[in-house]
Amino acid sequence: MSTLEIKDLHVSVILDDENTKPILKGVNLTINSGEIHAIMGPNGSGKSTLASTVAGHPKYQVDSGEILLDGEDVTAMSVDERARAGLFLAMQYPVEIPGVTMSNFLRSAKTAIDGEAPALRTWTKDVKNAMGELKIDPDFVSRNVNEGFSGGEKKRHEILQLELLRPKFAILDETDSGLDIDALQVVSEGVNRAHQGNEMGVMLITHYTRILRYIKPDFVHVFVDGKVADQGGAELADRLEEEGYVNYLKGAAA
Amino acid sequence: MTDQIKAEKTEASEKVDGVVVGESRPAIPGMDQEGEKLSPDLATDDTIRARRSANAGSDSQVMHSRAERPWSFDVADFSLPTGREEEWRFSPVKQLQRVFEDVASEDREGDPAAEYTLDVPEGWDAGTLADGQEPRDTVLRPADRAAVVGSANAGPARYVRIPENAERREPVTVRIAGRDAERRSNSHLVIEAGANSHTTVVIEHTGSSLHNGNVETLVREGATLTLISLQRWDEDAVHVGQHDAEVGKDASYKHIAVTLGGRIVRLNSNVRYADEGGSAQMFGLYYADSGQHLEHRSFVDHNAPRNTSNVLYKGALQGEGARTVWVGDVLIQKEAEGTDSYEKNQNLVLTDGARADSVPNLEIETGVIEGAGHASTTGQMDDEHLWYLMARGIPEKQARRLVVRGFLNEIVQQIRVPELEESLMEAFEAELALSDN
Ligand SMILES: Nc1ncnc2c1ncn2[C@@H]1O[C@H](COP(=O)(O)OP(=O)(O)O)[C@@H](O)[C@H]1O
Ligand SMILES: [Mg+2]
Repeated sequence: MSTLEIKDLHVSVILDDENTKPILKGVNLTINSGEIHAIMGPNGSGKSTLASTVAGHPKYQVDSGEILLDGEDVTAMSVDERARAGLFLAMQYPVEIPGVTMSNFLRSAKTAIDGEAPALRTWTKDVKNAMGELKIDPDFVSRNVNEGFSGGEKKRHEILQLELLRPKFAILDETDSGLDIDALQVVSEGVNRAHQGNEMGVMLITHYTRILRYIKPDFVHVFVDGKVADQGGAELADRLEEEGYVNYLKGAAA
Repeated sequence: MTDQIKAEKTEASEKVDGVVVGESRPAIPGMDQEGEKLSPDLATDDTIRARRSANAGSDSQVMHSRAERPWSFDVADFSLPTGREEEWRFSPVKQLQRVFEDVASEDREGDPAAEYTLDVPEGWDAGTLADGQEPRDTVLRPADRAAVVGSANAGPARYVRIPENAERREPVTVRIAGRDAERRSNSHLVIEAGANSHTTVVIEHTGSSLHNGNVETLVREGATLTLISLQRWDEDAVHVGQHDAEVGKDASYKHIAVTLGGRIVRLNSNVRYADEGGSAQMFGLYYADSGQHLEHRSFVDHNAPRNTSNVLYKGALQGEGARTVWVGDVLIQKEAEGTDSYEKNQNLVLTDGARADSVPNLEIETGVIEGAGHASTTGQMDDEHLWYLMARGIPEKQARRLVVRGFLNEIVQQIRVPELEESLMEAFEAELALSDN
């Protein structure tokens, strides 16, 4: 049983050498193993900032507050250490890496996370199976990381990595956006497999309620203007579906 | 990979074809372009304007057309370079004096300055060609002082003739092993790929020498030739050379220059066409360490209609004083209607104190072309690449290596000789270990 705790987190985005802009204004959130938390909020409310800060993107600066993984200070860890400690971020915009093949990349990542190279035979089989379940063409292993992938293909590959690397906690940053209904289903099944198989905790960031039909949240947090404005169970998502964020935005403006 | 090149091709074409290329055009982040020049004939067209060289310094001037560059077989026609000439302005001319001298190879009895080994099938070694004996000197036109003294002092040229229709998967190899960093070696190699032959020729330079080596290549009708020139010299070698090729009707020529070793290497790789339907690909890969000057110049002369060319040079630099130069000229002559051409140079600067110069020059004398584009980027490693890899648990050092290897891999993939690809990847590992990258 693991816990990811975010306590009164204040974060600024680094604009240039001299300027920063505050984005997160006191976020509190605790996720335990096996729990699924949906974070919903309007564009620009700081959802990606939260996700990237937890994963350690150098563009974001923690001004105050804490991020703890089983009591350990995550902010003191480098990006790769966080991943090895069991955090995984499925990115909103995965980057292309020229000349680095998916197979080389996946093997390098798995070796780094596990601390030893995976047994060749089972690894090849695991990759193949996982790709099959996510309906990814087997040829993709010899392609360069994300290069020339469509938006949907990139998202499937994020989930492929999620399934192969078996993190303790996964943060999914708008993994649903830009997916058609078939892809959404395939991707959601992948998340559910990882969740059930590894007792993985999930922070599911989304703008729309659509994905919550496939991935059932235990908790829903409404994110507005850099902090959690409301929280509840799955029923809160239904209310948002009908009413939108408009009530919260009024509150934020007032 | 191909898709990516294609996509960029269209993008870059727009910048030349029909879009204003004046000073006011928006800068493209990470792009550094210089020397774009269009024919004065087209300068009146209000969509295309001649552009002054942006980085040429205080004496900025519209550059001379590449077509006007002189060539000659007579040493007297080229004075000693001072470094102020357009073609020598990036080169350490002082340190090149000894390869500019009009002197013979310093061969000794039983001890040549550079040793030649031809590893070719029975009958492909066609002996030697005297000065002016055809096909020698029909394609290669010495275009600078280094090339002309090399040509004049090479003596009999080695002649590799690939028979018509010959097909061979394994590469044939010409080994040039220098024996002494202080001894001058001049060489002239003629490679003729017979009609409809399909082969790969590797020229491997090792050891050390003051090497002045010209390579003259004829790709006959329908032939496919990959010519790989490996510069794996010891660290004190100096190498200047001109590699000229003529691409026949419906023929394909792929030239790959790979330069890892040597103190100074300066290679001019030129191509033109004998007819229509030809394709030329010019690739380059260089990795400069502290104290190395690695210079590559490519020139595609679209002198005939309906041919294609694609130029891609990639370089990595590390260490104080590591220096690379790429100058890529593409000339689309008036008669070269239906040309499709693209050139790109990318440099990855891995440490402080290294410097990469990159100059694409594109001259277009006809508007009736399929496409023409160029791009040049020089910069440090992309932080977003590192971020992505590290976010998957890969430690920074290993992530950096993956990115560099990936960057170079695009050219290595073009070689298609597995043992050679492997040996190069190993060499890159050693380079990366050197800089602790
Ligand atoms: N690099 C940046 N430069 C300037 N502003 C930024 C940068 N990154 C994020 N922001 C701003 O931070 C706010 C939150 O952005 P983000 O975390 O991406 O929100 P969300 O993911 O909820 O749409 C927005 O107002 C956005 O404009
Ligand atoms: Mg976002």
